[in-house]
Amino acid sequence: MTNNQQLKYMNLTLKIWRQEDSKAKGRMVDYKVTEISEHMSFLEMMDVLNEQLVNKGEDPVAFDHDCREGICGMCSMYINGEAHGPDRGVTTCQLHMRMFKDGDTITIEPFRATAFPVIKDLVVDRSSFERIQQAGGYISVNTSGNTQDANSIPISKHAADEAMDAAMCIGCGACVASCKNSSAMLFVGAKVSQYALLPQGQVEAADRVRNMVAQMDLEGFGNCTNTGACEIECPKGISLENIARMNRELMKASI
Amino acid sequence: MSGFFKSSIGRKVAMALSALFLMFFLLQHFAINILSVFSENAFNEVSHFMGTNFLIQFVLQPVLIFGVVFHFIMGFILEIRNNKARQISYVKNNGSANSTWMSRNMIYTGLVILAFIILHFIDFWFPEINTKYIQGDMSGVHEGVEGYRYFHELQEKFVSPIRVGAYVIAFIFLSLHLMHGFASAFQSMGGSTIRKKSLQSIGKAYSILIPLGFIFIALYHHFNH
Ligand code: HEM
Ligand code: SF4
Ligand code: FES
Repeated sequence: MTNNQQLKYMNLTLKIWRQEDSKAKGRMVDYKVTEISEHMSFLEMMDVLNEQLVNKGEDPVAFDHDCREGICGMCSMYINGEAHGPDRGVTTCQLHMRMFKDGDTITIEPFRATAFPVIKDLVVDRSSFERIQQAGGYISVNTSGNTQDANSIPISKHAADEAMDAAMCIGCGACVASCKNSSAMLFVGAKVSQYALLPQGQVEAADRVRNMVAQMDLEGFGNCTNTGACEIECPKGISLENIARMNRELMKASI
Repeated sequence: MSGFFKSSIGRKVAMALSALFLMFFLLQHFAINILSVFSENAFNEVSHFMGTNFLIQFVLQPVLIFGVVFHFIMGFILEIRNNKARQISYVKNNGSANSTWMSRNMIYTGLVILAFIILHFIDFWFPEINTKYIQGDMSGVHEGVEGYRYFHELQEKFVSPIRVGAYVIAFIFLSLHLMHGFASAFQSMGGSTIRKKSLQSIGKAYSILIPLGFIFIALYHHFNH
């Protein structure tokens, strides 16, 4: 195990939000984890903690995760006061323990928003995002039978790139969690933009933006005040430009 | 269209429109006030015109008052809604990691401005209304003062160091409010962030120079009378 001697291990204190179920009153609980490798991901560190808890016969900390490679958007943790922790352009599953130091105290909370109620511990219900998507985040072109070849509709490189960038959004909700107003406008802006930029999406653009914004308001998300926190914390680098575009789209749709 | 202004984005746009209007007004107010530094006479003439012109007094002035009231009431409404959107706050929140202090404290900088506006009304506006519309004296002259009274009154106001201090503090807060607000208003209106660099430079210049100018005017009259 000569290699291991070069590895840095750390001992950490974790302050974690524990909450039995959606109705229970939660509280912060302190835990200690030892011999955490700097190469672990944050979720692997959580696995170590949970193994420890299970061995002691305690209830493991519930947290969401699925792909563990930054594409599903499930892992939602508010780490030391930032969504997905202190690193930039990563989800919690991509966050490395080398971002922390031996002896650190790490505060871990669920994403907080009235529209993201806590289900248990660090798991929140983000179905409000699903309902916004269902309100218009699709195109209703009939694709059975005599569909046109997609390549026969010319699309500028610029529009294609911007649509692709908007489509990078994985619906993780870090934008809402980071926003002081719990606004979902970066998410909705990205979803509106990815269609508004392409001819296939433009047919239903007006209804889409109206319905998606109406659903967003109904879910109780707050109002954007352009602090820009969402753009900085977004693991996929979704630009504020998408919010401006959504505003323009809604203005166009309302006149 | 009415549905638009009920939506979150519509409210944002309305907020931005009122703010743009206020920023335009502030520029105009500054242009007149700075005259007082260069020419007593010019300041008096313009003040008399502004104070007695029907269009300004009975059309633009009510619009301005509506603009201010709309802006801060809408600011409060948005603040309340936004607080409701997160009922349980974070135990640890590192706001400075991703946003400026100015952007996170618009309601507090706004409240200081509101307090100032109230003081400003008691200081200048109520006496004006009293002289002109209650006592019915539209002459713009005052016993013992040569020419129009406006410049003289201005000088008298800025004798008190407490008042000058309050003005300086208020304008520092206005500067902080505008450092975020200026670019924010354009972004709310759907302004493209591609043009944001230049817009932000203009915003910085405006939000520093205009309040600094007002501070300069207050200090100038405090030390020169
Ligand atoms: C009367 C007291 C005032 C209060 C209580 C107040 C409050 C607020 C609040 C809470 C916001 C944030 C809302 C948002 O960003 O959506 C805001 C934005 C703003 N305010 Fe004020 N404000 C006041 C006076 C002023 C004045 C006198 C000016 C300019 C001369 C001004 C310029 C702005 C600008 C430019 C914005 C940004 C608008 C936007 O983001 O769309 N405010 N104000
Ligand atoms: S915009 Fe970014 S932060 Fe918001 S849901 Fe999409 S990927 Fe997550
Ligand atoms: S677990 Fe899928 S993005 Fe983190």
